[in-house]
Amino acid sequence: MSKAVLMQGNEAVVEGAIAAGARFFAGYPITPSTEIAEQSALRLPQVGGTFIQMEDELASVAAVLGASAAGVKAFTATSGPGFSLMQENIGYGMMAEIPCVIVDVQRTGPSTGLATSPSQGDYMQARWGTHGDHPVIALSPSSVLEAYRLTVRAFNLSEKYRTPVILLMDEIVGHMREGVTLPNPNELIINSRKMSFHDGANKQCYFVPEGQYVPAMKPFGRGERYNVTGLAHDVSGFPTNDNAVAGANIKRLLDKVEKNADDIIRTEEILLDDAETAVVCFGGTKRAAMDAIAALREKGEKVGLFRPVTVWPFPEKQLREKCAHVRRLLVVEHNHGQMLLQVQRAAAPAQRVDFLGRIDGTVITPDDIIAAIEGKEGEYHAQ
Amino acid sequence: MPSDLVHLFMRIDHLPHIWCPGCGNGTIMRDVAVAIQELIDDPEISLNRENVVIVSGIGCSSRAAGYLDFNSIHTTHGRAIAFASGIKLANPKLNVIVLTGDGDCSAIGGNHLIHAARRNLGLTVIAFNNNIYGMTGGQYSPTTPNGDRATTAPYGNVDRPFDIANLATGAGASFAARGDVYHVRETIDIIKEAILHKGFSLVDVYSVCPTYYGRKNKKGDAVKMLAWQRDNLIPTAKYYHMSENERAGKKIIGILSYNDYPEYTEEYARVIERASGGKKGGAAK
Repeated sequence: MSKAVLMQGNEAVVEGAIAAGARFFAGYPITPSTEIAEQSALRLPQVGGTFIQMEDELASVAAVLGASAAGVKAFTATSGPGFSLMQENIGYGMMAEIPCVIVDVQRTGPSTGLATSPSQGDYMQARWGTHGDHPVIALSPSSVLEAYRLTVRAFNLSEKYRTPVILLMDEIVGHMREGVTLPNPNELIINSRKMSFHDGANKQCYFVPEGQYVPAMKPFGRGERYNVTGLAHDVSGFPTNDNAVAGANIKRLLDKVEKNADDIIRTEEILLDDAETAVVCFGGTKRAAMDAIAALREKGEKVGLFRPVTVWPFPEKQLREKCAHVRRLLVVEHNHGQMLLQVQRAAAPAQRVDFLGRIDGTVITPDDIIAAIEGKEGEYHAQ
Repeated sequence: MPSDLVHLFMRIDHLPHIWCPGCGNGTIMRDVAVAIQELIDDPEISLNRENVVIVSGIGCSSRAAGYLDFNSIHTTHGRAIAFASGIKLANPKLNVIVLTGDGDCSAIGGNHLIHAARRNLGLTVIAFNNNIYGMTGGQYSPTTPNGDRATTAPYGNVDRPFDIANLATGAGASFAARGDVYHVRETIDIIKEAILHKGFSLVDVYSVCPTYYGRKNKKGDAVKMLAWQRDNLIPTAKYYHMSENERAGKKIIGILSYNDYPEYTEEYARVIERASGGKKGGAAK
């Protein structure tokens, strides 16, 4: 598929998933993610895969985890209310180390909120939505082509690190239509889990060799009988009440993402080298930021962009390095200031951190951003 | 001395189990193991042990998954049937057996039970029905009889109970049955039929919980509770020869509903054929 096609972000997710080798989707309709379910119902059986519409979002994630445990790359898609319902089983996937991809096409909350309006209000929920200390990988695309590429990457990271990966889309990108030229799937790098245990595992399904963090995974029905549980467990996969064993396992789960952060994190920097002000944003908000930056550059103002593509783990080190020379950081998000907290933690004491957000379901425009950059002091809420 | 069955199908390292003295759950777990063994040993069936996947939820019943030596997954509360659905859809050749409890499958997981039944997805669900939440210490469940006591019904239970087998039948299950822990041989045979059944099958197995349900409701010890099952739960063959008067207050043990509806994964295989022009498992376009 090398010719340009007009495609929606939600459709691109499905094409990316299929290219990454996904052959199972379980979901429940919800605006603005429904096209992902519809397109999966159409496309998956064409490539021998399975689509099922479940009775709710709790069941959707459960079925996705079950399919993955049986050896099939699997995903689901939802939006805020459904994402809330999915949280318990997302935590199960992290604890039991079952790869899968969860797409959250964010809409304005809280609760049923503004069902068709854009938002980035699930940023912190993506990190802390499920209970307990846990690792999280979340990626956020800003264009239709990037929705495709990051879906592939989400599956790759999920398989490599044996953990659910969240594709944190927003309605802007989910419903955006753009002309895209998708890469030839044969040219993509595709990671898949190792379908056997590590050498020396001796039937211990969570055995990890010294210096590594990720156990190998053999699907159910391939001649090894083992146990999977969401209880604290030892290397054999059975429940344990031994605090030292339980604690060490949770530490390993956190370490497998933290110690591999450089492999997991991707950022984008545009016109940052000489910038005095950096717009820090993620997802669809980049589109308005780029228009604002272009207009301000015309006027001779030195403005650039720093964008976490991997939004979790937060690219703290990368922000410090790439924005070290920047005097002012303007965080722009479609929420009340969520990534702002991460930027404030990472910024140097001398750097000024300002904020521009929206919580009313309308989009932040380039003019809003220009006004915020040309404004004088402190937080700036466009309302 | 443990029987051969223990060595063959139980994970010895993880025994003894956590169930209280007199609990019926161990009997049901054994019934499942014997049913599987007989299906493996039957030359006309030759069930493949490696294809058996045991899926459980949360609660006393659900600990059985960890004791049985098969592919096993102990999932979240209420979601065992939904996890099992994904496993079955991903690999329809697997024999997916869900071990669940009355609270797990008919309260928090009730939605998944009725929808799996409606779809006729080829799962076998064994409900360990002890009329109480045992793991949390004796709260009333959807099968606690009206008027009975529980820690959360100190003045008697106001709720009316579910009959899980009838619930499954009402939801369209193609196979619904009832067993108990007194009629062991009959229950093993029912479980075998359920595993062999091509579509969705449910066996509501009446367990006994002398520790919480029994004690709260003055039902006596485990032996007394089993004697109640002997006298009040009647195998099908006998039930049909009883008069209306003799049947009063008694319940039937056996297969309660059976239908030959199309099985979901077989139907979906036809969807794949229609969509792909027959090339199952084809490469990405």
